[in-house]
Order: sequence, then C-alpha cells, then structure tokens
Amino acid sequence: MKAKLKELKKSNIPLMIISTLLFLFYIFPFFLVLINSFKAKMEILSNPIALPKSINFDNFINAFNTMGYPSAITNSFIITTASLFLIIVFSSMLAYFLVRWDWKINKIIFMILVASMIIPFQALMIPFVNIYGSFNMLNSRLLLAVYYLGFGVSLATFMYHGFIKNIPLELEEAAKIDGATKLQVFWKIIFPILKPVTATIAILDVLWIWNDFLLPSLVLISKSMRTIPLSTFYFFGQYTSNYGQAMAALILAIIPVIIFYISMQDKIISGVIEGAGK
Amino acid sequence: MYNDNTFLAKLKSFSIFAMIPLLVFFAVVGIPFIFGLMMTFTDWTGFGQTINFTGLENYRVAFSDPDFWNSLKLTFKYVVYSVIITNVLAFTLALIVTSKIKAKNFFRAGFFTPNLIGGVILGFIWQFVFSRILIHAGEFMQIPFLSESWLVDPNKAFWALVIVGVWKNSGYMMLIYIAGLMGLPKSVMEAASIDGAGGLQKLLKIKLPLMIPSFTISLFLTLQRSFMVFDINISLTNGGPFKMTELITLHIYNDAFLSQNFGSGQAKAFILFVIVAVIAVSQVSIMKKMEVEA
Repeated sequence: MKAKLKELKKSNIPLMIISTLLFLFYIFPFFLVLINSFKAKMEILSNPIALPKSINFDNFINAFNTMGYPSAITNSFIITTASLFLIIVFSSMLAYFLVRWDWKINKIIFMILVASMIIPFQALMIPFVNIYGSFNMLNSRLLLAVYYLGFGVSLATFMYHGFIKNIPLELEEAAKIDGATKLQVFWKIIFPILKPVTATIAILDVLWIWNDFLLPSLVLISKSMRTIPLSTFYFFGQYTSNYGQAMAALILAIIPVIIFYISMQDKIISGVIEGAGK
Repeated sequence: MYNDNTFLAKLKSFSIFAMIPLLVFFAVVGIPFIFGLMMTFTDWTGFGQTINFTGLENYRVAFSDPDFWNSLKLTFKYVVYSVIITNVLAFTLALIVTSKIKAKNFFRAGFFTPNLIGGVILGFIWQFVFSRILIHAGEFMQIPFLSESWLVDPNKAFWALVIVGVWKNSGYMMLIYIAGLMGLPKSVMEAASIDGAGGLQKLLKIKLPLMIPSFTISLFLTLQRSFMVFDINISLTNGGPFKMTELITLHIYNDAFLSQNFGSGQAKAFILFVIVAVIAVSQVSIMKKMEVEA
C-alpha cells in the first residue's frame, strides 16, 4: 500500500511541475503589474522585475484621483445592476409567455430570438450609433441599461425557455383555481423555481456588462459617465509613460472583479459551465 | 397552458408579459439590422438626411480597399492559430485539473482568472509585459530575441495578440472541457480499464470521441470570439505598427468612426457577419453529425 502511494506521488511530480509552470503563465502578468504599481518611474525603468524597495501608495492615490475611480465604480455598478434587473425581469416573463401561451406566432418569435444570437454586435454598431445618435438617445446610463436588455434578452430568454418547458403545469393549476392572476402565478410560483437559471444568467451577464468596452465607448460620451473599462482606457492612453501610475490604475480596475471572484468562486465557475452548455 | 378567449384578453396578456422586451429587442437589434442592411445599398448615414440608392457601390468600395483584404487575411490567420492553440491548451488544462493532482481547485481558479477581466485591461497588462518586462529580461539574460519590444515588429506583434487571446480564452474553454470530462460515464471508463486500456488509449479511443459535444461548443465559441476580438487589439497594439496588426473589427471600427466611411464600413461589417455565420453554422452542423453515443 505504502509503496503504491509512493509510486503515485512520484509519477505526479512532472505533472505538478508542468501545472505550476502553466499556472505562472496565467498569474505572473498580474503579479508583475502589482509589484510595479508600488514603484516610482525610475525604479521601474531600472528593473521592472525586482520587488519594490518600499511600499508606496502614491501611484494609487494619483491614479485613483486622475481616473475618477469613485465615479467609475459607481457608473459600472449602476449600469450593471440596472441592466441585470431589466434582463432578468423581462426575459423570464417573456420566456414564460412564449412557453405557456400556445400561439403559433410565439414559435416564430422564439426562432427569431435564437437566430439573432449569431449576429455580432460589430455588425449592428454603425447603424446603431447613427440611429440613436440622430435621436439624441446616447450618453445616458439608463438608456445604456435598456440597450443591454435588447442585446441580452435573446440569450436569457433562451435559457429560461429551456427551463420553464420542464416545469409541470400542475404546480400552477392549484394557484389558478384559488383565483391568482397570471402575474401572481408567475411571480409567486414560477419565478422562485427559476432561481438556478437566474443565478447562471446573472453571473454571465455581470461578467459581460461589467467588462464590456465597445458598447459603452460608443454610447457614453461624457467623462462623468465613464465605466471602469472606459476610464482605464482613457487613463492609460494619457499616462502610458508614467508606468507606476498606469500599473496602479490597472490594479484598481481589477480589484472589484477579484473581490467578486473570491467571494463567489464556485458559483461563478458553475454558472459559466451551465451557461456554456446552452 | 393559457387560452385567452377574447382578443382583448390576448392583448392584455401580451402587453403584460411580452411587449416591453420584444419592443426593446426590436429597437436595439431589429432596427439596426434592417437599417444596417439598407445602409450597404444606399448613401444613408442617419435620420434627417436624404437617401439615395447606390446599388452595390458600398460593396465595391469595401472589396477594392486593400487594407480590408489585408485585415481579413490577418484575421483568418489569427483565427486559425488562436482556435487551435486555445483548444489544445484548454483541453490539456482540463485534463490536468481533473487528474489526481493536488490543489486542483487552486490551479483551476488561476487558469480561469484572466477570463474575468475586461479585454482592455488585459491588453494593457501585456503591453507592459511586452514593452518593459521582456526587454529587460532579454537584456539581462542576453537573449537577442527579446531585446526589442515585440510590439514594434509586425510579425511578433501578431503573435503577441495570439498569446494574449489564448491566455484569456483558454481558461473559459477549460471549464467546458472539465464539464465534458466529468460527464463521461463511469461505467465506460471502468470497462476500458478492466479491458486493459492504458491512459493514452483511453484518451484517444474513448474520451475524445465521447467529448465531441464539448468540442462543438468550445470550437464555436473560440471561432466567434477570435473573429470578433476587439478590446485586446485596441489596447495591446491598436493596430500598430503601421496598421499591420489591425484585425477586422478594429479595421471596421476605424473605417466607420475615424474615417467616417459609414456605408462601406457597414458593408464590411455585413461581409464579416456572413463569413462568421457560414463558418459557425457549418462547423456546428458537421460536428453534430460526428457525435457518438456512449
């Protein structure tokens, strides 16, 4: 038994080395940014690989102020939560409608939604900007959330649709006999059952909307509305030669996502796996 | 099932449950799609302007733009390398974290981390790595290959884009392959072991054929993501040096929003859409036929 265990351990050593090297490839870039975020420019120029000589938060304070960090965080937070709220509320109701009302047109609507998922945003962005630009409907955080509903509704409806199909009708019948309205049946009985799908959609959409760059860069024009990816982009473009500050800005941009990841790691990973299967 | 009897009842149900999301979907996806198609055949650029039908002029302009062809060729090259390397690496990572290795959750979390962060930020991180860290390491260790920034040489800058794209996407695809490996029927794997199949034999003869559904999904996603890559391109190289690393979506973006060529830019966007749709749909339908039952 002991010999066998030893053998197992031995054969795992090369695998362990390969895994560790791969792990370094994935994580080391973040580590390099972190150590350089504490250094002054000269220290970075002379040796960007060494550990910082002292821990100095000047770069962070400067980056925090110049990139408008508090407002960027607030904007990202408002846009992400508002979009998520709209997507979850309206997609779940739409999916319920498409499943439970046996209209011919509902099958067509569902097919159009599914087919639309293959259209990349890049094929829509030019007319999108021209149309909503000429109606003065850009440069608003709440409208951006509505646009996210438009771009996100098809996938979310598709995922809810697959789940609602398998909910037995009996669950709803009793409530209907008791005189509940359709809306009550949906929110009191169906929506709670949808929780696992809702969690998956929430995770996928938070990662998408929080990190999205292209759509907000086209919609949000005022500086005061910039999200984290936008403010990082403009900051980096301007301060690219001030390495220490640029690295501190990147760390500030990463922190919220890392907190989110550490606090919900298992949920995020299972959410991504669930979502990818669709 | 609900059967609304009157038209009014039907209308009420529809307005409560479906109208708002469908209206928004139509406004955000439907209208731009229709107008986008129209833009490619006219000189229309926004409301309040007169529209003149121009036939295939926008497509002619698009196809006669050498930058468009170069960008398209470069994108194809990028897609081929990214799709292959990402999937080979992702499958390897999945095998590692489902093996008997210690601390596999730790490894899995690390491999997945780049995926959580926006492409713009990832591009800037690697811009620093390529333009500062590698040069320093190259000088320090006397490696001429690294002594000049990768981002000033078009060929090396292309590979920098591939590396960062693979680095970002492989963790995501790894999760898909993990799900596939965990879903393999235990009975089949045990039967293979009893019959004396070795590790490599099991991998090639059993795991790979049974995992075709995972490959279908992962290839579909990597194809789509590699064709549409934008954030990493704009932040890592911004198309430089000399537009030599301008992938197709960045090319369309610059053509439309910097050079104001809306009509031909939109024609290029539609050409790209058709290319990606044809490739993705045929990939999925071919691979669906290859699936086997356990």
